[in-house]
Amino acid sequence: MPSLSSGEVAHLASLSRLELTPDELARYGAQLDVILGAVARVAEVAADDVPPTTHAVPVVNVTRPDVVRPSLSVEAALSGAPATEGNRFRVPRILDEE
Amino acid sequence: MAKELTRWTASEMAQAVAAGEVSALEITDAHLERISDVDTDLHAFLHVDADGARAAAQTVDQLRAKGQLPSPLAGVPLALKDVFATEGIPTTCGSKILQGWRPPYDATVTRRLKDAGVVILGKTNMDEFAMGSSTENSAYGPTRNPWDYDRIPGGSSGGSSAAVASYEAPLAIGTDTGGSIRQPAAVTGIVGVKPTYGGVSRFGLVAFSSSLDQGGPFARNVLDAALLHSVIAGKDPRDATSIDAPVPDVVAAAKGEMGDIKGLRVGVVTELQGDGYQPGVLARFEEIVELLKSLGAEIVTVSCPAFEYALPAYYLIAPSECSSNLARFDGMRYGLRAGDDGNNSVEEVMSLTRAEGFGDEVKRRIMLGTYALSAGYYDAFYGQAQKVRTLISRDFERAYREVDVLISPTTPTVAFPIGERVDDPVAMYKADLATLPSSLYGGPALSLPAGLGDADLPVGVQLMAPVQRDDLIYRVAASIETALLDKWGGPLLDQLPLDAAGSVAQGVSHGG
Repeated sequence: MPSLSSGEVAHLASLSRLELTPDELARYGAQLDVILGAVARVAEVAADDVPPTTHAVPVVNVTRPDVVRPSLSVEAALSGAPATEGNRFRVPRILDEE
Repeated sequence: MAKELTRWTASEMAQAVAAGEVSALEITDAHLERISDVDTDLHAFLHVDADGARAAAQTVDQLRAKGQLPSPLAGVPLALKDVFATEGIPTTCGSKILQGWRPPYDATVTRRLKDAGVVILGKTNMDEFAMGSSTENSAYGPTRNPWDYDRIPGGSSGGSSAAVASYEAPLAIGTDTGGSIRQPAAVTGIVGVKPTYGGVSRFGLVAFSSSLDQGGPFARNVLDAALLHSVIAGKDPRDATSIDAPVPDVVAAAKGEMGDIKGLRVGVVTELQGDGYQPGVLARFEEIVELLKSLGAEIVTVSCPAFEYALPAYYLIAPSECSSNLARFDGMRYGLRAGDDGNNSVEEVMSLTRAEGFGDEVKRRIMLGTYALSAGYYDAFYGQAQKVRTLISRDFERAYREVDVLISPTTPTVAFPIGERVDDPVAMYKADLATLPSSLYGGPALSLPAGLGDADLPVGVQLMAPVQRDDLIYRVAASIETALLDKWGGPLLDQLPLDAAGSVAQGVSHGG
């Protein structure tokens, strides 16, 4: 059965972009252990020669002509933004400080 | 005395509007009043759009005067799960991360309801991003079960099921990823349907698990559910996974126009009963099987061994897809942003925003999915779960060579007490034991009331059919419903405890 170390839980939280407190890491880590124990049962099924199902109903790519269609106005697209500047989304700095 | 307006079926309301016997506005006002009477305690709604609903009702009344009613449900009020985008109306998905967000567009389901003259009363409570089986995972507090306010109304569409069962609305829309329509319908004593995957557009439905999510109807009877199903279903160019084929004629099936069930082969699934199922649930289920036999159906026992692995496969596939889908909540374009102090980097702001905006279950599932998709674990977890999904579909296909429909209890237990499973995720997941297989396979499935079980609470029976045979589950459900109405002398909901004033009591053990 998989068992997550506290380092692995912290790494998972970081990959998940979740800033968690030590208490949360401990609590979720213990719960994830139990859940992983329950779901690891899929390994019991002999399925080497079975193809995976990615989608319930078979679908193929859908295309349409590449023509301009009406879309949201700039105002509407920005209406839910936490911060804007001019006609743009304002975001925090994206580069680390040297 | 005439039956109170809110007690009417959706079809009765629509017919009365069409005949000019009652206005859509009167019907809407009656439901808004009902909501203001009971919803403070019940908490089915996150947002009530009284002005929008009254305006929509008045539009229907004007169209009627001109003889231009747009659909057989024009003028009927509806409660919409808060996971569908509604232009200008708050859409939170039960999450703090979307608090205050007013979408700039309508989901296709929302648009089709509006075009049909269905009156949207407001947005219903749900487990955050539809992850849960009790509606306790809402950031805005739980919804209560109209049968007992100390119990859960099911989930994740618990606001929708509670609204319909408590006569706040005759119709509601929910979404079902692993059972989130069928399980709430079962534990509140109403009808709920997960259409064939791809039957109803997902455009504007905030995604949880894209290969499983499916919108569908709640109603207090089979025909009303079918009418709503036919309003929302059908090909949508904006959802590439929506099925490009005629919608099965569920309304004709619900009306009995496609025949009764004499000679129909009904498969009882061995793996969806027994251990973990309450005696009261199994007793009601067996009565329904006997009833089907008496109506002329042929009962066949079928075994679907891969169903034993539906729960672990589902709880790998759904969290994996969720970890990817919920990456869009990064605090940049909409919703909450935390820690933007001018010093924190974009990655730090994302992590702080997501930590503050998401609740426990969402965080757990994102981490679980991230784990199952990571290098080194992908084959053993996500890859293997997808193979199990294939085996489950093969079990269904094999079964459907022998039988027309499959039947099982909808849930292993009646509604459980609020708080009982919140700290035990695996116990919570087991509420979906019987509903998960058809989610993974993609076929349609329906839950309808089967009677009362343990603690005098509602029990549901589930009907499942092959992909694109939604008509079959309505046909069988309508036959069962007719026989049960006869036996009970009225719908199961008539047994909902009443208070002295004759309206639905505010929960049996409320305040206990």
